Amino acid sequence: MSLNLGNIIFKPTEQYHLNDITLNFEPGKMYTILGRTLSGKTTLLKTIAGLLSPDSGYIQFEGKDFLAIPVWQRNVAMVYQQFINYPHLNVKQNIEFPLKQRKMDPNLIEKEVSDAIQKVGLKGFEERKIQELSGGQQQRVALARSLAKKAKILLLDEPLVNLDYKLREGLREEFKKLFIGSEASQSIFVYASTDPLEAMQLNGDIIVIDEGKILQTGSAKDVFENPANAKVAEITNDPAMNLNKGKIDNNKLILNNEIQFNLPSNLQSMPSGDYLVGIRATDLYLDDQGFDFQVDISEISGSETFLHLHHQDIKCVATIEGVKSYEVDEHVKINFDLSKIYLFKESGELHYSPYQN
Amino acid sequence: MPKLYTFIKYFCVILWSCFVIAPFLWAISTSFKDFNSVTGGATYIPWLQFEPTLDGWSVLFKPGSQGGINIIGPYFNSIFVTFTASFISIALGTLSAYALSRYTFKAGFVQNNDITFFFISQRIMPPVVLAIPFFLFLSTLGLLDSLAGLILVYIVLLMPIAVWIMVDFFNRVPKEIDETALIDGCNPFQAFFKVVLPNSIPGMIVAGLFCIIFGWIDFFFAFILTFTNVQLLPVKIVALNSSITPWWSLSAAALVSVAPLIVVAFVVERFLSKGNLSGALK
Repeated sequence: MSLNLGNIIFKPTEQYHLNDITLNFEPGKMYTILGRTLSGKTTLLKTIAGLLSPDSGYIQFEGKDFLAIPVWQRNVAMVYQQFINYPHLNVKQNIEFPLKQRKMDPNLIEKEVSDAIQKVGLKGFEERKIQELSGGQQQRVALARSLAKKAKILLLDEPLVNLDYKLREGLREEFKKLFIGSEASQSIFVYASTDPLEAMQLNGDIIVIDEGKILQTGSAKDVFENPANAKVAEITNDPAMNLNKGKIDNNKLILNNEIQFNLPSNLQSMPSGDYLVGIRATDLYLDDQGFDFQVDISEISGSETFLHLHHQDIKCVATIEGVKSYEVDEHVKINFDLSKIYLFKESGELHYSPYQN
Repeated sequence: MPKLYTFIKYFCVILWSCFVIAPFLWAISTSFKDFNSVTGGATYIPWLQFEPTLDGWSVLFKPGSQGGINIIGPYFNSIFVTFTASFISIALGTLSAYALSRYTFKAGFVQNNDITFFFISQRIMPPVVLAIPFFLFLSTLGLLDSLAGLILVYIVLLMPIAVWIMVDFFNRVPKEIDETALIDGCNPFQAFFKVVLPNSIPGMIVAGLFCIIFGWIDFFFAFILTFTNVQLLPVKIVALNSSITPWWSLSAAALVSVAPLIVVAFVVERFLSKGNLSGALK
């Protein structure tokens, strides 16, 4: 019953949009495709849906050649980032459209539609026109339409990104309930996102994609703890993981020839040489014994403050608890939690993670 | 301050209305005058300042043998030709525009934009350039001086307008709507007819309005491509002109000829006020 993609290549221009994608999707599971804008997330979803045909490679679903089946016979559902509904139909007509298209029994349609409307909390809005709904409600209609279809493959392309913060939080919770719910568990869910936090919250398998290439697949925990390379570490953290050139020499860890640490015990066994040293913004902290950094930008995010800092050529971002304001060029003392340091080889591959056994 | 603003606003609206309505009133009053009333200085109020007569109007409906021009035949010819050509232009134009907006065409260096420009370029040339080609073309087909020939020519003239407006319209409709229709089980034809077309009606109304206006007011091609068998209204009206310009009949003819446009404008206005034209697709 699984969906298999093999060696999918899509190269409409000089650049690869999808570069040798091989993936397996199992029913009843949630997959999050995490990648930056233009990394190929939407292209991948559209390829699975059948809106784009890859230049080479294969897609198999339930043992059949999926590429030979046109979009309209594939029984997939897709929710877009933009709120896409049929403007000439009201809420109810929108939701029953795919079912009518499938020529389902009218009584069954009635039941499925009211079920779906109930689930997304749009009861009482059945006769409304799409234009009379708020953005969040419009996206609920799109959601209800794809739920009512009971499609075997459900593709969600950043469905929450155009909503305001509060709604996003609420709907994301509902998503998890709706999709991981018992009756829906025979479907494959693929959720594309640019937001690492969202990907972690959805807590499914994460597929990290960049420039059309799969960089890493694995559970949220695994990807967070052991990013396969420096790129993944940047993509899966917000703010991106701080990466600076450094080397281990003479029992010292030296960043950019500027900052020196005594090698902490957990890194004692590391061979000397050049590395890319990674540390999360949350693992930098204010410390009077720390190193002198200058503030470039200070931004407040919720109950935290992001400080963009530099010390000569070393640039990094630190997450400071609490809302504080800093002047540009103000000097602050910052220290590193050395037990949380990652080491990447110069080629970018992960060399050492604090979570490795 | 708001009072002054309201005053200025209404003053401007009334002034503008005068400019728009005055010619109509002028034409209406003139159409009921005779030679003496027209040439005898400016008069406005019937019965008081001049004696109204129906002479100007009756000329339009009298047959040629009685000194009239009988516009009823040309009138219906004009309506038939304009509306048929507009309808076909909208139908073909919408289909072409959809294809141009959604699919990529490539023939050497010719691409979608070039094809769109090719359509529009038909309207850039002065009409005179097209006169001889059209004449030869229709005469080869044996369609000179026929309704079918005129409709054919008007489609060539009007379809670019439809394509132009509809390409712009479709470019603003997110293509994700078509894609969603495909995903929801429509084949490409069903997606177009069940989803895209019902949402394109506002654009088609606007395009239709332009086609009807441009078709209706054309004199040049109607004049060149017809002789005696088939005549259109604008040509017939010009036939009124003799040694003495019959202002009264011309005014009546002018009023008769704008009537269909006014009807069309009212119909479209109803759509506008219902909000059907705007915001159907944001």
